Amino acid sequence: MSGNGENAVVMRDVKKSFDGNDFILKGIDLKIPKGSLTAIIGFSGTGKSVMLKHLLGLYKPTSGTVEVLGTDLSTLNEDELTKLRQRFGVLFQSAALFDDMTVLENVCFPLIEHRRELKESQVLRIAEEKLQQVGLDPKHYKKLPSQISGGMQKRTGLARALALDPEILIYDEPTTGLDPILTEMVDNLILSTHKMREGNTTSIMVSHDLSAAFRIADHIAMLDSGRVLLFGTPEDFFNTDIELVKRFVNKGMKHQ
Amino acid sequence: MSSVGATHKAIVFVSWIGATVIDTVTKFVEQTGKLMIFFNESVRLIFAKPSRFGEVIKHMEFIGNQSVWIISLTGVFTGLALSFQIYLGFKMFNAVNMVGPVVALGITRELGPVLTGLIVAARAGGAMAARLGTMRVNEQIDALDVMGVNTKQYLISPRLLAAFICMPLLTAVFDFVAMIGSWFLCVKLVQLDEAVFWQKISDLIEVKHINEGLFKGAVFGLFFALICTYRGFNTTGGAKGVGDATNQGVVQSMVAIIILDYFLTNLIRVYYNLAGIS
Repeated sequence: MSGNGENAVVMRDVKKSFDGNDFILKGIDLKIPKGSLTAIIGFSGTGKSVMLKHLLGLYKPTSGTVEVLGTDLSTLNEDELTKLRQRFGVLFQSAALFDDMTVLENVCFPLIEHRRELKESQVLRIAEEKLQQVGLDPKHYKKLPSQISGGMQKRTGLARALALDPEILIYDEPTTGLDPILTEMVDNLILSTHKMREGNTTSIMVSHDLSAAFRIADHIAMLDSGRVLLFGTPEDFFNTDIELVKRFVNKGMKHQ
Repeated sequence: MSSVGATHKAIVFVSWIGATVIDTVTKFVEQTGKLMIFFNESVRLIFAKPSRFGEVIKHMEFIGNQSVWIISLTGVFTGLALSFQIYLGFKMFNAVNMVGPVVALGITRELGPVLTGLIVAARAGGAMAARLGTMRVNEQIDALDVMGVNTKQYLISPRLLAAFICMPLLTAVFDFVAMIGSWFLCVKLVQLDEAVFWQKISDLIEVKHINEGLFKGAVFGLFFALICTYRGFNTTGGAKGVGDATNQGVVQSMVAIIILDYFLTNLIRVYYNLAGIS
């Protein structure tokens, strides 16, 4: 999938400190190829979520640059950033569905916001199409998020993230807190969604789930203490001499 | 030795007081500054595209329509209680015919907007802070952000506008039902002359007195909506954070309404003097 030479995300020496003293990110250098499925892994507290928020433009780096889809985020004002974000789709850990809207309304929402030229019937058709893609039974469309299971919420969240046909799909800890069966279902959903989009979408998954990362990702980046310890293919991770990576991989795979 | 120890303790105590005062003032100034920036952005966005007319109507229904019953209930009993107290006092001076206009002045200029503000701040303001706080901790606000939706324009501006529009209307409802309560007590319970009751009110009450209260109501609406949305929008932590935001939002709104009332009363006096209105 990857390898067209272009990068969807380029981070250069990104450092981040919230108080000016303690740095969460200590110089992240990372290039994520366009069309790839990249997993970002690492111990808790290594800065994965902070790094993700830099990609989304929610945080500004203390120093260094973040380029997304060829645009340096630091050069954008709030309106331009808002426009760029329309090219992202994000599946949050909690799915983050709007709890006063039905499943269908949740998926319609980004279309109503950003595709104002569409008629109501067209919006509904696209939303139903996306919900079908993620395999959600139509009988749940009119239900509120609180009336459906965690797995269905994830499917709805993914359908909403896909609504605008994003160029970058970000999964923030998509399987944390789910049982093994649901975890496998979500992993397969991520993989099938990525394949279905035939290289048009770059998928970035932040995860603790090592087996999933090795099974479905083209590339893996491991973070440690605010830096990228290793970036490579799953094979690179199994063949590495870096002791910390070996320990992390061995322990992680044993626990899965 | 003991005097050196006492001096040292005194210095430590004074330093502690100084540090606490500086810290409190710094935090107050910082919070006020942030609140003003938040207010400025949110008000500017009321007029930005895309239009959030539907959201404004939705929040008006919640803030306004759903508050009418509780405002009416408290209004009628406020009118009854206030009239009874004033009746008991004026009876001593044989001035019971003045109960109606005195109650009307007190209600339209002070109690109407203040009590409406306090009740709606507790009901709708608390709900605003809790709702936004929950959206924040459940990542729903982050989801809106990364979806390319301007969260202040979508979540804050419509609430501020709705509160600003609804509060004068609710104040008017409060004034009206409180006067019904006053009429019931004066005319039906203590048997004052009904014609005199209405005549005295129409002699003394002017439109400006009612407008004064409605203006205060609008300002109170803007303030409690601002404070509660600010607290909710900036919630940190989980369920505890939502509880704290709601608590702070409601308490600070109520205190702000009481303090603002005094300053608005003076401001209106200054305006009347400048405009030559007696």
